[in-house]
Parts: sequence; C-alpha cells; structure tokens
Amino acid sequence: MTNALELDGLRMHFGPVRAVDGVSLTIPRGGVTALVGESGSGKSTVGRCVVRLLKPTGGVVRIGGVDVTRLSRRELRPHRAEVSIVFQDPAGSLDPRMLVGDVVAEPLRLAGGSRLSRRARQQRVSEALAEVGLRDEVARRYPHELSGGQRQRVSIARALISSPALLIADEPTSALDVSVQASVLNLLADLQRDIGFACLFITHNLAAVEYLADQIAVMYLGKLMETGSREQIFARPAHPYTQALLAAAPVADPVRQRAQQKVLLGDDMPSALDPPSGCVFRTRCPLAFEKCALEVPPPVRIGDGEAACHLVQADGTRPDVRTGAHG
Amino acid sequence: MILEVADLTVSFVTESGDVSAVDGVNLDLDAGEIVGVVGESGCGKSVTAMSLAGLLPRSARVSGSVRLRGTELIGAREPELRRVRGKEIAYIFQEPMTSLNPVLTVGRQIGEVLQEHERLSRKQVRQRAVELLSLVGIPSPANRVDNYPHQLSGGMRQRVMIAMAVACNPTVLVADEPTTALDVTAQAGILDVLRNLRDRLGTSVLIITHDLGVIADIADRVVVMYAGRVVEQAPVVELFAHPHHHYTDGLLKASPTPGRHAGTDRLQEIPGLVPVLTRQPDACTFADRCPAADQKCRGSAPPLTASSGSQAHLAACWHPTRQEAKR
Ligand SMILES: Nc1ncnc2c1ncn2[C@@H]1O[C@H](COP(=O)(O)OP(=O)(O)OP(=O)(O)O)[C@@H](O)[C@H]1O
Ligand SMILES: Nc1ncnc2c1ncn2[C@@H]1O[C@H](COP(=O)(O)OP(=O)(O)OP(=O)(O)O)[C@@H](O)[C@H]1O
Ligand SMILES: [Mg+2]
Ligand SMILES: [Mg+2]
Repeated sequence: MTNALELDGLRMHFGPVRAVDGVSLTIPRGGVTALVGESGSGKSTVGRCVVRLLKPTGGVVRIGGVDVTRLSRRELRPHRAEVSIVFQDPAGSLDPRMLVGDVVAEPLRLAGGSRLSRRARQQRVSEALAEVGLRDEVARRYPHELSGGQRQRVSIARALISSPALLIADEPTSALDVSVQASVLNLLADLQRDIGFACLFITHNLAAVEYLADQIAVMYLGKLMETGSREQIFARPAHPYTQALLAAAPVADPVRQRAQQKVLLGDDMPSALDPPSGCVFRTRCPLAFEKCALEVPPPVRIGDGEAACHLVQADGTRPDVRTGAHG
Repeated sequence: MILEVADLTVSFVTESGDVSAVDGVNLDLDAGEIVGVVGESGCGKSVTAMSLAGLLPRSARVSGSVRLRGTELIGAREPELRRVRGKEIAYIFQEPMTSLNPVLTVGRQIGEVLQEHERLSRKQVRQRAVELLSLVGIPSPANRVDNYPHQLSGGMRQRVMIAMAVACNPTVLVADEPTTALDVTAQAGILDVLRNLRDRLGTSVLIITHDLGVIADIADRVVVMYAGRVVEQAPVVELFAHPHHHYTDGLLKASPTPGRHAGTDRLQEIPGLVPVLTRQPDACTFADRCPAADQKCRGSAPPLTASSGSQAHLAACWHPTRQEAKR
C-alpha cells in the first residue's frame, strides 16, 4: 500500500538560510504524525513544501506515491485536492470579504468543481459545516462575526471539503483558549478517526499531541533530531533535545511540576543562516562533547524510532539530560 | 498586605453600548508572594491588571479600591500615579518586540528607565544596565548591553523587558502573559527569572496567564476569573487538588497534561462560550455552561466565600463540586 506522505531528504533553503535541511519522514494512510519543535526550527516550511506553497530546493515529496516535488502549477492541479492545510491564525487565513459559505466552498471551485451545480455545492458546504459542528446559518456570515474557535472550525471545514487524503494542520490550536483548544483538538481527532485522512500535525506544544498523534517527529534547526511512536517519545525519549522539550513543558499539576527537575537550555537558538558544525543542537546541549562539534550524528535506530545523537546507540543506550549521564 | 484590591469594577463606554469588563474583584498580594490570575480570553485579567496603576484608557469607568501599602490609588492624581508606575508597580506584557524601541540598544533603553527615577552618570547607567541584564540571566551581559532588540531571541527580549521593569526595584511586578508568545524552553527560563526576583529582591509578583501549567509552576496562590468576576481563590496545591468551582474543574480537565489522559482519547470540553456582558446580572454567569446549575444559580449571584473549613480557599458557587468523594 502506498503511503499518504513520504519526505525524502527534503531541503528548503532561502538563499543562505537553511530552513529545512534534509528531512525524511513517512506517514502511512490514516496515520497521524506530530512535527514538534521550537519557533524557527522549520516546521511550517516543511508543511508549506508539502502543499507546494513552496518549491523545495532539494529532496523529494511524494503524496500518495506520486512525486510532486517538481510539478508545475498546472501539473499539480489534479493533486491539489489530495492535500489540505489549516493554519494557526484563523483570522489571518480567512478572506474577510468572503462569506463563510464561499470560503468553505472555495477548494471545490479551485479543483474544477464548477461542474458541480450550485445546489450540489451548497449541499456539500452544509455537510462540511455540520461535520465541524457549525450551524448552516454560519455560511451567510463573515469570518469576523465568528469567535476564534468558530473561525478555526471554518478553516477545518474548508480543508476537509475536498476529502483530502492528507491534512497539514499548522498549529491549529495555538491561538485559542484552553477550553476552545480542547474542543478543536477533539474535533480533529474525531474527524480523523471517522474519515481516516492522514495528518501532519505541526505544533510546539508536545502536551497537545499526546492523545492525537501516533508518531512524533522532533525538529531542531532544519533537521529531525528524533522520531518514534508517541508511547516511546513520552516514556523513553532518547535525544537530549526531546528530553529537554518534555522537561520544559509545564505540567498542570503543582506537586508534579515542582518535583520535576528543571533542564534549562537557554534562549540562544543559533541562526539557520549559520548553523553550528557537527550536531546542530550541540551549542545548547548540556551533554555536548568534542565529537559533537566535529561529526554530524547519523540517525540511529532505537526502539521503534530513530535518534540523531552521538550518545544514542542501537543497543538501547541513551543519555539523560537530567542527571547528565552519558548512557 | 502590600496590595489590596477591593470591589474593583470596570466598565467601558463603547459605540455599540457598555461593556462590563470587571465586576467587584477582590484580590490581595502579600510581600514576596507570587499570585497567579487565570481565566479565558476576555474574562478581565488585563483590565484588572491595568487598573492597578491607572493604565486604562479614558473610556473606562473604574470604581472600588486599590490600596498600595495602605495608600488609595483609585482616583489618585496623575503625578502620584506616575511615581507609582515603574517605581512601585512595574509591568511586563506579552509582546516583547512591540514594547521595545527597535532603534535603541537595550542598554540605552534600560538607561532611560533608570534616569526617569534616579540621577546617574553615564558610566553608572551602563554599569547598572549590565547588572540588570545579568540579574535576568542574559549571558555575557557586557556585550549584550550594546545589542539592538532584533539581535536578540524572543526569550532574551522578554528578559530585557523584565530588566527594564525591575530597574527601579519595584514593590510589585505585574506580568501580563509574559510567556504566551514564547517557546516552552524560553518560557521555563522566564519563569525561573521571576522566581529569582522574588527570592532575591522580595518582589511581589502578579502573573496573568491562561496556562494552568504556568500557574502550577510558579504561583503560591491562584485567583480564577470568569466573565469579570473572581470565581475561586486558593493556595496553588489546594486549588489543583480540590477545585470547588465547576469552571475551575472544567479548565483543569481541558488542559492537556501528559499522563493525565492515559486511558482516554479526548480532552474534556467546557461547552459554550464566555459571555460578553453589557450589564452584570444577579446570577452566576457560568450557569449556562455549568453541569450543576439550577434555578438558584440563575436567580442570584453566589458570593465568594470560604467553603470547606479553610479560610484561604474561597469559591463563588451555590453548588461546589463534591470533593468528599475524591479525598
Ligand atoms: N520566505 C522565507 N525567506 C527567508 N527565510 C525564511 C522564509 N520562511 C521561513 N524562513 C526562515 O526559515 C526558518 C524556519 O521557519 P519556519 O517558519 O518554518 O519555522 P517554524 O518551525 O514554523 O517556527 P514557528 O514555530 O515560529 O512557526 C526561520 O529561520 C525563518 O526565519
Ligand atoms: N478599551 C476597551 N474598550 C472596550 N472594551 C474593552 C476595552 N478593553 C477591554 N475591553 C473588554 O473588557 C473585557 C475584558 O478584557 P481583558 O483584556 O481584561 O481580557 P483578558 O482576560 O485579559 O483576555 P485575554 O486573555 O484575551 O488577554 C473584554 O470583553 C474586552 O473586550
Ligand atoms: Mg510555524
Ligand atoms: Mg489580557
């Protein structure tokens, strides 16, 4: 069976800026992979390469087995309906002059759905709105007349109306309140289970994906540091960066949170213009040693995933940033 | 008590009618205490914070009392308020980039704050600026003092904002969503700085956030706001272990927390939306979203009272959650 998405050594350089620098990743049909990392690590750039808002400067993007990396705009058209994207900022990504109904119907029109009669199109729009829990009358409103959570539901309805096999969700809940965030995350999880689309869920908040993603990929400065099943990443993170990210996410439980040993990485994320030699994470890694500056660590198989760190070994040896222990 | 807020009420006159933003808020802050204010967007957290030092626009109608070491600030004259701001009550806000001047070095900007309240030579100013940068954990402060804001990461810019806020050693530091725009790793650093300030300088901190993880990490005491009112208040461990108000309970259950959702595959939602009120009704404003609401809740507003024994744990609810079963 073909995979929903395959990235093979994906590179996106903006002149000297190496925003994405060799990312390989596979999402099977119906799978949900979370792409996690700090601001500027290149997550959105990966997403934008997949939906071909950007043309990658290297590597391969395969969608449903088809190499779309270098297709022209025209050649891409038949594949457009295969992938959709939902952005972080629901206000900025919805055209304020368009009625919600037209916003949601737009992908149908772009995919050559003009063959669809008006009645049929309206029918599809009300189905899509109902799917995300919005009433029909919302179709006749403007985006600014809705709450943030409602607007994000509209973006999701628009993204799903073309029945894509793959949904890119770029921080879809980061701008929302906790209670609204919970309902949007639940909605995405329910739709994903019912419809079965594959999903690349981009976020900087590991806690938000714990029950949504089955695979997690951790990104830093354009490269993947670690990949693995959700269970493994949460229970036995191998890469020092993954461990630090987990330790930094505050737990909404004062007893556990205060007992937790802090790992402070400092704020000095190097620039993608001039990434460090060797391991890109070494300048903030509490465990870095000479070799890290000299050699790029290759991904090593560990458990059900991979980690790119000189201290990780295939026999299961992994470092611990909390104790500073090498293995 | 350093700061005593009593019956604070704020409304705004707008073109589309009055907006009731804060209704009868009571709040205390002790010397060296960190109090967290939590609640959904629009519940009145920022308006409460800004009214402390008279920062609200003219369209605001403010009543009630704000006493700083016994001195009333509501209705105080502008020169008095100007002295209070910075020297007694200092603020940091969410967006460090927009509050910093892009064309001045961070040293110059810290210097301007210092010279507003003290007479210092240029050399003294620079030395104090370096000390302050070091106090907020910026590495090599003697070099960073000559940096422009764009040369710093988001986390470092927020540290600079804190350095400016504490330049004159204020009694109270009000931090309004100081980490919301930051990554978890930078956030952990900022929370550490705030804790340090309290420990080393004895600063009282009022921290505003919608993130219960932040509260769990840093607050000694928590104030939960809903639709302009304080609905619950308790020491941090007590609040998370035994929330009395159904809104607090809902917020806790909606917050993604690693480990808490084991065995379930969804977050709990709080159905419905925060109401925008033109007038505060004599009713519980959470009643429409509350699983325990009845006629009484819709007919009269519950007072904020000590519920189960502890004088430190207050809730405004006619039917507090049954905690006996959980203990
Ligand atoms: N069009 C562009 N031109 C030049 N540089 C770019 C462009 N788009 C992104 N970058 C750079 O590429 C890097 C990765 O950016 P990207 O937006 O993918 O990060 P991200 O992980 O999504 O971060 P965030 O969490 O802040 O959204 C950054 O250094 C960014 O400045
Ligand atoms: N200048 C203003 N004019 C009119 N209404 C205002 C003004 N400032 C705030 N409000 C209203 O007062 C209420 C409380 O706003 P406030 O900014 O305190 O919310 P908040 O709890 O800080 O929310 P957030 O988490 O989004 O920052 C909101 O309904 C808001 O729309
Ligand atoms: Mg992004
Ligand atoms: Mg606010």
